[in-house]
Amino acid sequence: MKGKRVQTGKYFMMGNTACAEGAIAAGCELAAGYPITPATEIANRLAERLPQVGGVFLQMEDEISSIAAIIGASWTGKKVMTATSGPGISLMLENIGFAVGVETPCVIVNVQRGAPTTGMPTAGVAGDMVQAKRGSHGDYEIIALCPSSPQEMFDHTVLAFNYAEKYRTPVFILSDAFVGHMREEVVIPDPDQIEAVYRKIPEPGTDPQKIKGFLDEDVAPMPIFGRGFKAHVTSSCHDEYGKRNLSDLSALDHFVRMLSNKILKHQHEIIQVEKNYQDAEVVLVSYGAVSRAVSMAAMRAKEEGLPVGTLRIITAWPFPEEEIESMAKKAKKVIVLENNLGQLYPYIKAAAAHYADVYFLPPRVLGEIHDPENILKKIREVIP
Amino acid sequence: MSELVHPLHRFIRPSVTSTTNCPGCGNGIVAQAILRAIDELSMDLDDFIFVSGIGCSAWIPSPFFNADVLHTTHGRPIAFGLGIKMGLPEKKVMVISGDGDLAAIGGNHLIHNARRNVEMIVVCLNNSIYGMTGGQAAPTTPMGLKTTTTPYGTFENPFDIAHLVMAAGASFVSRWTTYHPRQITTTLKKAIQKKGFSFLEVITQCPVQFGKKTGSGSSVQMLREYKEKAISVKEAAKLSEEELQERIVVGELVNKEKPEMVEEIMKMKAKAYGVKE
Repeated sequence: MKGKRVQTGKYFMMGNTACAEGAIAAGCELAAGYPITPATEIANRLAERLPQVGGVFLQMEDEISSIAAIIGASWTGKKVMTATSGPGISLMLENIGFAVGVETPCVIVNVQRGAPTTGMPTAGVAGDMVQAKRGSHGDYEIIALCPSSPQEMFDHTVLAFNYAEKYRTPVFILSDAFVGHMREEVVIPDPDQIEAVYRKIPEPGTDPQKIKGFLDEDVAPMPIFGRGFKAHVTSSCHDEYGKRNLSDLSALDHFVRMLSNKILKHQHEIIQVEKNYQDAEVVLVSYGAVSRAVSMAAMRAKEEGLPVGTLRIITAWPFPEEEIESMAKKAKKVIVLENNLGQLYPYIKAAAAHYADVYFLPPRVLGEIHDPENILKKIREVIP
Repeated sequence: MSELVHPLHRFIRPSVTSTTNCPGCGNGIVAQAILRAIDELSMDLDDFIFVSGIGCSAWIPSPFFNADVLHTTHGRPIAFGLGIKMGLPEKKVMVISGDGDLAAIGGNHLIHNARRNVEMIVVCLNNSIYGMTGGQAAPTTPMGLKTTTTPYGTFENPFDIAHLVMAAGASFVSRWTTYHPRQITTTLKKAIQKKGFSFLEVITQCPVQFGKKTGSGSSVQMLREYKEKAISVKEAAKLSEEELQERIVVGELVNKEKPEMVEEIMKMKAKAYGVKE
């Protein structure tokens, strides 16, 4: 098996390991990172496996340089990733904004842990959900996926690489210590069953002065380095050609809007939710690790004959507003379940509250897995 | 009459028509010395990827050089450059930035990549001040100097950046001033061909934010000062530390052979493949 990119087979595998295997299966060639609990196993696996397939893992001096190095490598045409936890993301945020601004494909895995600050490293708390979208300064759009199992750590990582390449953007995997450290069955398919998307680049030999390499709502071809494109890549306000403009406000408006529109225009191709709420009066909305306890509670509720359904958010960003809205139109009561003090809750409430009553249910103790009994209690409480 | 064109004009990005440098700035001297080195080596700008950070000197390659240029966040160009070198090991990665960018906010990346001895050329334009933001004290500002953030004089010991990079393990370290453009070119030709982390510190004048505020005077006065203060490595070896306090030691400070990281990675990969070296 040594040296194979895709380790086809059925495994009992840790989520973090599955994530690393997903990255390599998707074509990742370079990863950089800094050790941090509970994400370190991703770095360990990448360090072992990437050189076997001709790639490399770099252990950097900090998370700032980790994200910088992968952005640099992405500009040479490589598929790249980094994996960390909340404190690492906090350090990376400025350069994540840079990656957004100069439209750099890269995958950023956040195995979330007990926070704020150094918090509790081994606790699984989904406390960085909004940070992924709003952590770096300024208005921007991002793509973020929320895996709920080791299998999805593999599948979502492949998908994240494909989104990154297709839309020339950083893509987040918002995992947590539960899913990252969970061991479960993981099926790695045959290589030809794994879709691999590669970024568009300008036609070789194009006159460098004529390359519009930036700010296209339908994603400009990336004038990667080393091909004679003479790319001028600056995160300062620039035009389609990469030319800096620091004086014209309409250039700034264009810069901000085009970057956002690139994601928003294609949100229907990006957004994924898992719906299971036909004829339900109460819909449980969740994502990630929490959705496992939620599906257990929904199953028991149905056994009791209660009209309960679920909606699982797979892409937290772009936020699935329309999907929440159309669900709320059918439901009478919506219960939002998160392992935090309510991070996506305000967004869900804003989309749903016009049509249904919206409630929030955290676990009894933050960082604990929701007790399905507790969820059932809440369902009985709100049921019409 | 034929049009007069500067011999290095072909290296300038066609869309660039003006400079943002203040009159008397040292950026032009260094920019020209860099392009001369590339020209004299018969190399092309496409053989290079230029990386810069934030600050006046970071604007030398961005947008002036007609090449692949990555203009990064403050302090991080070397870290971005490492990633670029990993992706394009056959290209020359050159970082051009200032003392604040490389030695203050980016100090960690500077020392760690010197330690790694990654093949990369780092040109640090040291003007001992934050120019772009209006003359604040830098980690290189001489003790006691009045700046906009030290109105009663600085109370910090300054960095000797070249010595810092030497101590961190770079295989090539050199220092010149903008009074020495030909020496900069000669040194850069060596640095470009060096298999390892090559660091060139250029002491440069900022007549607007440094000269005016500290009383060092005009560009010409500052260049004259560099000429008077400069002392070669060889001559400096004969003097005591005290005698050297007001001097600028110029020349090649280190030029040694040691394992270079890109080559070491190739060896590691061969091991991982199971191939004998």
